[in-house]
Amino acid sequence: MAPGEFLALLGGSGSGKSTLLRLVAGFEMPDAGRVLLDGADLAPLPPHRRPVGMVFQGYALFPHLTVFDNVAYGLRRDGAARAEIARRVAEALALVGLEGLDRRRPHQLSGGQRQRVALVRALVRRPRVMLLDEPLAALDAGLRERTGLELRAIQRATGAAFVMVTHDQAEALALADRVAVLEQGRLAQLGTPVALYERPATRFVAGFLGAANVLEGRAAGGVITCAAAGCTLRPAETMPEGPVATALRPERIRVLPPGAAAPAENGLAGTVTERAFRGESWLLVVRARGGQALRVVLPAGAAPPAAQTPVALAWDAASVVVLAG
Amino acid sequence: MCRALILAPPLLWLALFVAAPLAILGAIALSEPAAGIPPFASPLAWDGGWPRWQGTLASLAALVEDPLYAEAALRALRVAAVTGALCLVIAYPMALCIARARPERRPLLLVLVLLPFWTGFLLRMSAWIGLLRDEGWINGVLQGLGLTQAPLPLLYSEAALMLGMVHSYLPFAVLPLFATLSRLDPALEEAAAALGARPAMAFWTVTLPLSLPGAAAGFLLAFIPAAGEFVIPELLGPPEAQLVGRVLWAEFFQNRDWPLAAALALALLAVLVVPILLFQRLEVRR
Repeated sequence: MAPGEFLALLGGSGSGKSTLLRLVAGFEMPDAGRVLLDGADLAPLPPHRRPVGMVFQGYALFPHLTVFDNVAYGLRRDGAARAEIARRVAEALALVGLEGLDRRRPHQLSGGQRQRVALVRALVRRPRVMLLDEPLAALDAGLRERTGLELRAIQRATGAAFVMVTHDQAEALALADRVAVLEQGRLAQLGTPVALYERPATRFVAGFLGAANVLEGRAAGGVITCAAAGCTLRPAETMPEGPVATALRPERIRVLPPGAAAPAENGLAGTVTERAFRGESWLLVVRARGGQALRVVLPAGAAPPAAQTPVALAWDAASVVVLAG
Repeated sequence: MCRALILAPPLLWLALFVAAPLAILGAIALSEPAAGIPPFASPLAWDGGWPRWQGTLASLAALVEDPLYAEAALRALRVAAVTGALCLVIAYPMALCIARARPERRPLLLVLVLLPFWTGFLLRMSAWIGLLRDEGWINGVLQGLGLTQAPLPLLYSEAALMLGMVHSYLPFAVLPLFATLSRLDPALEEAAAALGARPAMAFWTVTLPLSLPGAAAGFLLAFIPAAGEFVIPELLGPPEAQLVGRVLWAEFFQNRDWPLAAALALALLAVLVVPILLFQRLEVRR
């Protein structure tokens, strides 16, 4: 991880993303492997000696202390002078717009305010690495997007490296410089949000991020014959011969005008089985002639075909991503 | 209607077994002692269908005038306070260990805390007498090993009294402390550690202050019954230490001065209500 980087650990429940965070914080010990910071192994350091800050899932604010004392807690443990504590706490509270609330107690704050207190309580010690365990999960949907963007602005302003655990793929893609997708305790793929989305390496990543259609078939002579979908794929990239899986993003599929025939390659004919309006887009579920159901996302302005009507689909060769596993 | 039906049984219970006895106690406290049965004269006499006041404040005055009662009460409060404090000091680590134990082991540990209650109270006190008396086990072992020549005066001492008190009231202190400590979010101490607090500092600044309500409840649950205790001082304590419970018992059954005993009982109750009210106000503030 680079200094000042924002890394998201993305995975479903039980994927080991929180455990990974607790390993870095020192609350769990690794059976094997090492946690390195600037090349130094953190293993001999107990949690209180590690240069990391942590925002807990439920925030874990100290309920018996005021906002000021919560934020000052770490500075006091570091033995900072009284005047310096007062100055740095005031700075920290100003950073997140909580001026004037320093005498409140956690239960007198809103969820968003509590989240920001938890954030600056950890940030005020200027840790090298900030660990955030689902920092937005406890917030209302409306507040989540704004708070997420604030979180990234604060991360840019402080220059600390952030590691954020989340199960929300939209959150990970929107906020992080790089996203690590975890599957059952293993790293499935690590990359920038765009790379991850455009070039998923595995079936799991393709399905987890943006719910791509996974088409399986047999590759021979530069084309893939996909029996389940009843179509022939010609990806732009080269691939090994034999059984192969590909990912096709729902929004990369075009619906051809009524009456038009599907192209022989990179297209198929099918029937719309479901149609749902999602606000910014339409979602169609199309049953291909081979029997496989494909998700197709159209912009909201398009006039989508009605349910139970036949439809022809087509896509560009560049949209077909050959998966490694 | 439904509300009244639900409230009626507990209200009736309180009226019959709390309010009525207190009222009778109050009436006795205001009456003159008498030689007959009952050993007091009703404070109200009936004169041709009209009630006439014939009570007296003499018993209440006697409580104030004779220093015996105030001294006995103060001694009892001191013993109760020491009992409560010792219970707290011993119960806190126990409660902390149980709260930090793996969840499936907690019921067993709690049963072990309550296990003494399965034996009769008097039996347990008799067991202490058997251990502590001059010919008892402890003196027998000490002399048998040649560590002491003559029996140590263990029984009928302040130490034996405190031993019996703490032994009897310890579970009352453990349970509220356990309830408070087991409800604390383990992430709080982790948050303290992540902010640079050593484990002892995390305990001192986070767990301890957050467990104070449980500690106050545990202290009071030991302190209040200990203040009125009379069996343990009688069986184990030094004979010269007149605690209020024993004075009360003597007034009722030996001197048969029921008005004075009733007044003393009410006074003790009034003194003990103060810490309970303080504790409740503290709870409400939270």
